[in-house]
Formats: sequence, structure tokens, C-alpha cells
Amino acid sequence: MSDSGNPEVHAEPTTFLRKWIFSVDHKIIGIQYYFLALIAVFIGLGLSVLMRLRLAWPNESWPLLEKIFPIGFDGGPMTPEFYLALMTMHGTIMVFFVLTTAPQGGFGNYFLPIQIGAHDMAFPVLNMLSFWVTFVSLGVMVAAFFVVGGAPISGWTAYAPLSALGEVAGPGLGAGQNLWIISIALFCLASLLGALNFITTVLNMRAKGMTLMKMPLTVWTWFTTAILALLSFPVLLAGGILLLLDRLGGTSFFIPGGLVVSDTIIEHSGGSPILWQHLFWFFGHPEVYIAILPGMGVASQLLSTFARKPIFGYRAMVVAIFAIGLLGFFVWGHHMFISGLSPLSALIFSVITLTIGVPSAIKTFNWLGTLWGGKIRFTTAMLYAIGFVSLFVSGGITGLFLGQTSIDVQLHDTYFPVAHFHMIMGVAALFGIFGGTYYWFPKMFGRMLNEWWGKFHFWITFIGVNAIFIPMHLMGIMGGLRRYAQSTEFKFLEPLQPYQEFVSIAAFITAAAQVIFLVNLFWSMFKGKKTSENPWESTTLEWTIPSPPPHDNFAGKIPVVHHGPYEYGVPGSPRDFVMQTDPPIDKNK
Amino acid sequence: MGSSLVSSKEGDQASYYSNEGGVTQSRKRNSRIGMWLALASISMMFTGFTSAYILGRGTNNLWQPINPPNYLWINTLVLLASSLTVELGRRATKASELKYWITVTCLLGITFLAGQLWTWNLLVNQGIYLAGNPHSSFFYLLTGVHGLHLFGGILALLYLTVRSWLFSSTLTQENTVLSTTALYWHFMDGLWIYLLILLFFWR
Repeated sequence: MSDSGNPEVHAEPTTFLRKWIFSVDHKIIGIQYYFLALIAVFIGLGLSVLMRLRLAWPNESWPLLEKIFPIGFDGGPMTPEFYLALMTMHGTIMVFFVLTTAPQGGFGNYFLPIQIGAHDMAFPVLNMLSFWVTFVSLGVMVAAFFVVGGAPISGWTAYAPLSALGEVAGPGLGAGQNLWIISIALFCLASLLGALNFITTVLNMRAKGMTLMKMPLTVWTWFTTAILALLSFPVLLAGGILLLLDRLGGTSFFIPGGLVVSDTIIEHSGGSPILWQHLFWFFGHPEVYIAILPGMGVASQLLSTFARKPIFGYRAMVVAIFAIGLLGFFVWGHHMFISGLSPLSALIFSVITLTIGVPSAIKTFNWLGTLWGGKIRFTTAMLYAIGFVSLFVSGGITGLFLGQTSIDVQLHDTYFPVAHFHMIMGVAALFGIFGGTYYWFPKMFGRMLNEWWGKFHFWITFIGVNAIFIPMHLMGIMGGLRRYAQSTEFKFLEPLQPYQEFVSIAAFITAAAQVIFLVNLFWSMFKGKKTSENPWESTTLEWTIPSPPPHDNFAGKIPVVHHGPYEYGVPGSPRDFVMQTDPPIDKNK
Repeated sequence: MGSSLVSSKEGDQASYYSNEGGVTQSRKRNSRIGMWLALASISMMFTGFTSAYILGRGTNNLWQPINPPNYLWINTLVLLASSLTVELGRRATKASELKYWITVTCLLGITFLAGQLWTWNLLVNQGIYLAGNPHSSFFYLLTGVHGLHLFGGILALLYLTVRSWLFSSTLTQENTVLSTTALYWHFMDGLWIYLLILLFFWR
């Protein structure tokens, strides 16, 4: 039971700077993170559109683009190096600044304190620092485009020795790669501070009656995600420091001897490129669970609310969240099956990887169990939640293929893993963000998003992402190679070209459709239908306060919790839902 | 026990729960949990460095262990002493006692950091640099990162020292910054011992 009694609420800020820019209020910080992610996602989307252009029509000249990017389109068609730079930055920006930021930094910051009945996070000033360091980090990352040589070309995974050698190894690997590393290091620091905040807040600042097993599943996922971040980001930071030392300090942590690159003898010697892979992926695997877990929490929240049923198997869901988080630390080797791991370690990594399928399946069946027999309200948020489950299955199942060493040897570095991780991160996790947006927007802004345009956006996006990524699996099985700027060099890959074109066209349409979301978002902020405290008839604590919430969340009162988070359809209650703060129901009546 | 406001939202069921002692206790507990979490993440970073060290030692054929300059052992004693003094400061019952021990700790900490730089200087004079030899690379890396974290601790100690001299009545045993800094400082000490063992007894 927590030591409830929140540290006194910080005074309501009066100046513009303290209120909107350097705010310590978790709600403002949450919105700031959300908009940061929104900017990042459109940058990332733009990069992917350019990538798709090259893949579908590799030899085509684009005069307009040549005017904007003269070095990247030197002589007409996009150069392969530019493609790799786009690819690197697309991956980095999307994984870090969208998927690690919006669900956790955005919604987590805004709603975690409210959902547990607190006035704010445990460390409001640290919270503000976290956001601004993330902001600077994005700035540094984007700056990599504008230095001599441009953005790095080593992928979001920045494998050594390519990333460690400097300019001699290719464009963008000089100043661009340095900025990339610095940006990521800053991002690590910001994430660590944020994780500290989340964990301390959940452990120590829950309101009276809010026991751990009465917390909404969204809080459980934000909590577990924070633990993952706390323990995995430092290893990335360690790797980044070693990489920077190799590049600038003359060390050879990752650079082996005997390298001759671009007719230059590399003086470094003795290092191990595989060390980078271990360090990176020890972080990298928990990172992808950081990206998906909050979406799972949101899905549980939405499915329960809009099916008017308690979440099926709440306790199993909590255990599954922990199991996924814990197991996620022991599977990093499945990204390295072809790097020369011993068969024994490959076997261990493979078995543990497949084991993660168990808690994932439990969650999936429990979501279906929540829907079964429910009185479903098909709001936009609900469509996204159901879409999340669908895409989680589509994307997750192919993980089981890749988790088996024998199959992975064939599929590694093809489009198959690209399709897999896009399905699960680029789409399922994204649907979690969309669903959260449609659900919580009324609370954050006091107005409803337009439901009709929301549903239209959902259907185009849902069909679109399937059209983009399902064929990509086939391309991978056919042997289509990832990180190649074109498939046309190899005769055996010629059959791939029609697929590339189809995927690109589907991508353009789906990308264009996202403008609908953007317009809906901004228009509704100012002109949307005004809403009440609880438009969805939902049970958790954020729906007991005004929309938008007052500065200290609970208007001077701290809630006392009597019920679990998903009390829908409770016998003996006057309505089909019971708020967490409602008086206890007298079962003897 | 301080003020206790009661207001109800849903009839008589909800009650507002707040008191002065509760607020301070809660904030202190927040800081303690936060510091333990920070220490967990710092440990993970050094775990990453350790795995790099182990792998390097195992596979790098240029590995040539360097000999620790003798001054390093003296410096270690300095750091251990500072851990003792920070603990004495934390447990001090009188403001003057606290003031004395915190100042001594701060000075010892600065001495240690200066000592680390001196050790680096000794190595450079022997021709041992960051690059060239993997073991020396790790020496500079690990002592450097440790030193940076220690510097953060020194900043906290400086704050406490200044406060203890200027506002001695407000700095009491319960002060959250004091106990949190002491915890951090002990961890830095323990980390240093670990790094010494890694660098010079397991090479």
C-alpha cells in the first residue's frame, strides 16, 4: 500500500513561459511529447515516401527532387547512398521519436498520475527536463541532414565497423554519424529520467484505495515499460560512448584489424564488431517491447470500455505484461542468428523467443474474451483497438517464424523481417497511439474528434497498411533483400518489381490519408463538439474530472478508490458501469 | 497531525487525506526510490562496459594489461575515507558536527577527482594513452565515466556544504538531499572498488 499523501501541488503558473513552454505540469509535458512525436512521425513518413519512390522506380529521374536534394539525386535518379541515409533516419526517427515517445511520454505522462489519483508525477522538474532533452535530441538528429556528408547511412542499428570508421567509409559517416550518436545519447538520458519518474510515481503516489491490482492496465504497461527503459537504455548509452571513442578517441572497441576501406588502410585493430551487436541488441530488443506494451495497455482499456465488459482475466494480463517484459531481456540474440553465434546459444535464444509467444497469446485470447458477448460500441477508438489486436496477430505471428534459427537463416536481412517489424511496430503500435488519441482527446481538449472522419481514416489506414505489408512478407520469402536501394540488379529478383510498385502505390495512398487525421486533430481542437466529463461512460479516474482537467487534476480533492478499473455490467449497480470512485456496492441490498 | 481537510465528492465516502508529516515523508520516500532506480540504471551502464571488457579481454589479441600507478591505491583510501565521513555526516546529531563532516567529505571527494587526473597524468608520462592498448582504453574509459558520475556527487556535496555553513539550522538529519547524496556517494565508492578489481585483478 503506498504512503499516500501527495507532495503539495505546485502552484498554478501565471506567465506564458511557465505555463506553456517550461511547464512542470505533467499534462502540458504529455501534450508537448505528443506534438514532438507528431512532428517526428511526419518527418519519418516523408522519408519513407522518398524511399518507396526509389524502390519502385529505381532508375527514374525526379527533376523536382533533384532541385531540393542535388547531392542525393546527383545526375537524375536517387543515389543508393541517399537511399541508405533516408532509411537510417526513417528508422531512427520512427523508433525513437515516435514509438518510444508518444505512447509513454505522451499518454503516459498525461494520464498515469490521473489514473492513479495523484496531483502530478513524483519529480515534476525532472519531467520537464526529460522533455526538453528529448526535444534537443530530435534537433541534433535532424541536424545530421544538414552537415557536410549528410545523414549517416549505417541504419538505425548503426552496426560497427561501418559506423565506427568515420568519413572514409562513406557519406554521412563523418559529422552525420557523430550527431546521430550524440542525439541518441541525449535521448538515453531523457528516457532514463522519465523512467525514474514513472516508476517512483506508481510505487509511491497512488491514492487511497488504489492498490496495485486496482490499477488500470494502461498504468501497468507504462510501469513495466519504464522498468524496461531503465534497464536497457543505459546499455545503449554504454555502446554509444564506446562507439564515439572509437570514432574520435582512436580506440578499437569495435574495429577489427586488417581493414582496408576506400583504398585506405585503417590503423585500428583488435576490436570486435560483434560486441556492438550484443550491446545494441541487448537494448534493442527491450526497446521494441517498450514500443508495443503501452499499446497493449490502451487496447485493453478500449476493448473493455467499448464492449461494456470487464477485461477478461485482469490478473493474467498483469502477469503477461511482466512476463513479456522480463523475457524480452533474454532474447536479444535472435537478431544475431547469422552473426556466428554458437548453435547452443542460438538454441537458447530461440527457445526463449518462442516462449514470449505464450504471454502474448494469453493477452490476445483475453482481448477476444473481452469482446465475446459484449455490447460493442463501434466508436473510432474501438475500431482502432480491434485493429490493434488484428495487426498484433498478423505482425506477431511472423515473429515466431523468425524466432526459429533454421528459418531465420533464410529470412534474415530480407523483406520478411522488415514486414514483420513494420506490422507490429509501424502499424499495431501506431494503432495503439491512434486509439489512445480518439479515446483521450475529449479529456485533453474538452472536445470530441469527428467520428465520421475518424472512421474513414481508420478504414483507409487499416486496408492500406495491410496492402503495404502483407505483400512485403512474400517479397521476403522470394529473396528480396533489405537495405538495398533497388531489386533490379539481380535477375532472380526481377519478379519482385511489380510487388515493389504495388507496395509503393499503397504506401502513397495510405500516407496521404494521414492528412485526414491531422486535419481532424487540429480542427477538432478548436471547433470540435464540446464534451462532458465522461463521454465514453468509462470507469477509470480520468473520467471523474472535468475535460480538460484543472491544474491539480482533482480540483483540491484526492479520490478514494473503491472498485477495480473495469467494472462494467456489474450486477446490482444502477448503471452498466461502476466508476472506480463510486461508493462500494452493498451486495445485500 | 497537521491539517486534515475533509470534503466529499460522492456522499460521505470520499475523504481528502493530507497532513504535513505525510507530505514530507512522501517526498523523502520519492527521493529514496528515485535514487535507487538511478543507481540501478548506472549499474546497467557499467554492466554494458563490463561485458565489453570481458569480451575484449577474451578475444582481443592486442590486450596488454597495464600496471596501476601506485598513487591509485592512495586515492582509493581517500575515497573510502570520504564514504566514512559522509556517513558520519548523515548520522550527525548536531548541526556543527554535520557541517564539519560534510565539508571534509566534499574536500576528500575533490581530492579524489584531482588524484584521478594525476593518475592519468602519470600514465601519459609513461606513454600510455586512451588509444593503442585495449586495456588502457578501458582504464581511461572506466575511470573517466566513474569520475564524471562522482563529479555529479561532488556538486551535490558542494550544495550541502554551502547550506550547512550558511543555513545550519535548516539542515537536519532528516534532510532528503543529505541522505540521498550519501546513498549515491556510497554507491560511487563501491563502484570504484568493483572497477579496481575488474581492471587490475581480473585482466
